[in-house]
Amino acid sequence: MDVILIFISASIVNNIVLSYFLGICPFVGVSNKTESALNMGLATTFVMTLTAAITWPVWTYVLVKFNIPFLQYVAFIIVIAALVQFVEMFIRKSSPHLYRALGIYLPLITTNCAVLGLALFMVLRDYNYIESIFFGFGTGVGFTIAILMMSGIREELEYADVPPVFQGISITLIIAGMMALAFMGFAGLIR
Amino acid sequence: MTGDIIIISAGSMGIIGAALSLFLAYADKKFKVEEDPRIEDVLQIIPNTNCGGCGLAGCRMFAESVLVGKVSITGCVAGGQSVADALASYLGVETQTANKLYAVVLCRGGEKEAVKSSIYKGEKTCVAANFTGGEKACTYGCFGYDDCVKACKFDAMAMNDNGLPVVFYDTCVGCGACARACPRFIIEMHDVSHKLFNYCRNKDKGAVARKVCKVSCIACSLCVKDCPVEGGIEIIDNLAVVNYDKCPQDTDAPIKRCPTKCILYDEEEKITKEFYYSTLKKTAA
Repeated sequence: MDVILIFISASIVNNIVLSYFLGICPFVGVSNKTESALNMGLATTFVMTLTAAITWPVWTYVLVKFNIPFLQYVAFIIVIAALVQFVEMFIRKSSPHLYRALGIYLPLITTNCAVLGLALFMVLRDYNYIESIFFGFGTGVGFTIAILMMSGIREELEYADVPPVFQGISITLIIAGMMALAFMGFAGLIR
Repeated sequence: MTGDIIIISAGSMGIIGAALSLFLAYADKKFKVEEDPRIEDVLQIIPNTNCGGCGLAGCRMFAESVLVGKVSITGCVAGGQSVADALASYLGVETQTANKLYAVVLCRGGEKEAVKSSIYKGEKTCVAANFTGGEKACTYGCFGYDDCVKACKFDAMAMNDNGLPVVFYDTCVGCGACARACPRFIIEMHDVSHKLFNYCRNKDKGAVARKVCKVSCIACSLCVKDCPVEGGIEIIDNLAVVNYDKCPQDTDAPIKRCPTKCILYDEEEKITKEFYYSTLKKTAA
């Protein structure tokens, strides 16, 4: 039951993009088309789930055990960077088309603060291993939901008459703010 | 005790790093992508500056596309004719004539000519100034900052003393990076055979345009009448537009009566890099 609550909390109530405002770079950068947005969401979800699955043992059995918790940033970033490299190789092999569509945003998952934020939250909230994995997966699903909704809105926005001043990134950020407001409606549902 | 922490930290990080790198090395072998070895050769032939002139995402992409025949061997605008020839001999196909393009800055309203209506204290870039409109009263002309010069990777542009960008006709390869950098779209890419240009983009009515700049096009249509071929020059949106398919480029007849001297015959305007730095800069200093 706890696991389901953690999943829903991470994906919807405390959405990483719309409640914590992490990972805005790919959220704005890759949300032009629904297809590439979905793929970006899936790639990020994959990285996030694996990050949670690997950083938890690293934290518990290395950093806590040897009493060196100050190294958490370094250790987590190493793990994330290696995972992103792996995902990049995998996507390049399996789908060159997708590799080209994601472009620079694929290696940039490394510097996606949402992934590091997830690892740090996981430590902060004292999750056990199963909870961590569900938290990581839920966060990834939350990111996918947010970026998918954004891409849908932006595709419709192509036909809208946006004032010149707001065109491009400005209107995207304004819409992100409105989406965040809407998501506040979930606040308090689960702690 | 402190020494222990250092050793433990270094050791544990080292082990984690080594384990991950071993995993990556294995994955790299497993997921190795076969690449055409000719891509590297083609990259040696083309300038490899990632200027974006071909319209593809980088030089590597161009190399891949040219090998499978998706783009023509003349597609590399930065390389021009010499690269087209080299590619033709490397790929064993017949060479083609490359169209040489160059950038033309279609605004002559510099510090001396354009009227300033406001004070701009923001970031000194055109993109930032475009949000507020900049200093000049003309809402179509050059801001006078150097976004286009910064965008040029071939050292073919500079800002002159009048606060306007100049293109060095001999150095410009025609990649179009400056044209994409300009938020007001006053830089256009033209074939080298084009010589007659209307150096104004002001679409306001003549009376308004004349007030904001000394060298604005007021759409008086004298050049339209003077053009030897009917329809060689047209007035569109209060601007004289040269129709390069019709208007002969070997005569300066249309520009003679231009009251504001905004339409010019460009033979003298084509500045080479050497001329700019040896003559123009020296006289200014």
